[in-house]
Amino acid sequence: MEILMCIVAGMLFAAAVYLMLSKSLLRIIIGTGLLSHGTHLMLLTMGGLKTGTVPVLGEHAASYTDPIPQALILTAIVISFGVTAIFLVIAYRAYQDLGTDNMDQLRGSEADD
Amino acid sequence: MINLPILPILIPLVAAIILIFLAKSIYAQRIVSVIASIATIISSIMIMAKVKSDGIQTVDMGSWPAPFGITLVSDMLSVLLVLTASVITLCVILYSFRSIGNGRERFYYYPIVQFLLLGVNGSFTTGDIFNLFVFFEIMLMSSYVLIVIGGTKIQLRESIKYILVNVISSAIFVMAVGFLYSVTGSLNMAHISARISEIGSEPIITVLAVLFLIVFGLKGAIFPLYFWLPGSYSAPPAPILALFGSLLTKVGIYAILRTYTLFFYHDQPFTHDILSLLALLTIVAGVIGALAYRDVKQILIYNIIIAVGVLLFGIATMTDESLAGTVFYLIHDMIIKAALFLLGGIIIYIAGTSNLNKMGGLILQYPALGWTFLLASFALAGIPPLSGFTGKLLIVRSGFAEGEYVGAIVVLLSSLAVLYSVVNLFMGAFWKTTETPLPDVKKRTGSLFIPVVVLVLLSVLYGVGTEFVYPYVMHAVDVLIHPEIYIDAVLKE
Repeated sequence: MEILMCIVAGMLFAAAVYLMLSKSLLRIIIGTGLLSHGTHLMLLTMGGLKTGTVPVLGEHAASYTDPIPQALILTAIVISFGVTAIFLVIAYRAYQDLGTDNMDQLRGSEADD
Repeated sequence: MINLPILPILIPLVAAIILIFLAKSIYAQRIVSVIASIATIISSIMIMAKVKSDGIQTVDMGSWPAPFGITLVSDMLSVLLVLTASVITLCVILYSFRSIGNGRERFYYYPIVQFLLLGVNGSFTTGDIFNLFVFFEIMLMSSYVLIVIGGTKIQLRESIKYILVNVISSAIFVMAVGFLYSVTGSLNMAHISARISEIGSEPIITVLAVLFLIVFGLKGAIFPLYFWLPGSYSAPPAPILALFGSLLTKVGIYAILRTYTLFFYHDQPFTHDILSLLALLTIVAGVIGALAYRDVKQILIYNIIIAVGVLLFGIATMTDESLAGTVFYLIHDMIIKAALFLLGGIIIYIAGTSNLNKMGGLILQYPALGWTFLLASFALAGIPPLSGFTGKLLIVRSGFAEGEYVGAIVVLLSSLAVLYSVVNLFMGAFWKTTETPLPDVKKRTGSLFIPVVVLVLLSVLYGVGTEFVYPYVMHAVDVLIHPEIYIDAVLKE
């Protein structure tokens, strides 16, 4: 099961890298979203996928899932949500002001500084 | 149990929330910002005195005992950096009154600066690796807003790249923390350190070391991960640039210093050799940039990269003396970089351009500014008795003692290059005669100049009063060299 999850995370990373290497700003932002999904999936797998019992443990629980990775993912999801939101806003504003979402034209040069 | 170490994090947080509600009144915002920054400085001085007398201070948040909950740890290194960061923030806020402009002030400039300070102080203080990530994100979020605030075209263009780079490095950070957790089963930095020394030098630990180096190297701008820095840092105005240049990259360096002395000191022939090689390449790359440009901002920005290289070389050498040099140089560099960027801001304000070829002769009308700039340049290059000297001396001496001749010589030569680049800047801006005569009216720079003088004075005192600072720095180095002290203080065994 862990191997499968790792492969899925790897596929998400591959898709994210592909999108982030494209020229369109919106695709890049979607790529960052996929990247954080891959990361979160990886983080979940890192904690070990146990037999499917709840993370809440009694004094003498026979089997349980490690709750810490889940707490970490929750934090990381909230943060990546915030970052994506601000990224989208800045990208939209940049599109309005600069009149393009093509990264080639956003390169900038010495002359216009 | 006292809760002192949390104050430098809590005060900026409360201040920032209050400031959000005061958005309409600029005067109230200015007053609250200054009061909050002074309170942060006072609280960090109190912690410093406490750490000096009683050793490392820890706070278990929510009273969860150490390896399970989040622990804040104030050792001498972190509290020294917290103090420096708070002083710099106060000076930058004072400088911003005149220079940042009403538009930015009304659009939450001051609250965001407080949030930035919160993130920086938190990163320095936390003793939990995931909490470090959270504080990094707070700091980065604030920097996203600061880099784009004002919304000029160049800012919008550069902020996109800046955010993208940092989003990627954050993703790698979370991954690295996940790996570390699956190997050690803990997030508490002291606990991780204890577990890693049980595991010893397994290859997976070395892999983790390199992963963390990539993450912190992206924030700290080491070769070859510095590519984003010159472009992004040239976009925002001088006070924001001063904050970025003096605080953000240094947080990355602090994180490398912390992880490489606490976690990854078992396989030094591999990890620390990489570090030392990268340090030298960083210095060379920075020197090339600093000598190539004829632009006030770019020259100073490439000087950040040189300093990062020097610091990294000190970490890589990893002896008492080199770490003492690194801590000395880290604090010196934070202060002097802030001062230089603020001075650069004044020069650009007076000349109306950042291109060195289009300015000149400013010494006639602004002699005080010129000589202060020269003094700050000498301090940056490390001319004794100014503040850069002690740190560089210790780093170079330990380099020679450890047989790292190439590295030590490169660091020495880099001082010459730094001196050449900043004196070149001085000559270009102040000394050279211009073709076009200067305007007769002198621009008023008094209120901009005062915070800069405070910073330069601080740097001079730091250099002259090395004897007084030395016991504090050695106190910090002691913990870095002996991780057991840190572990015992946190886990209370």
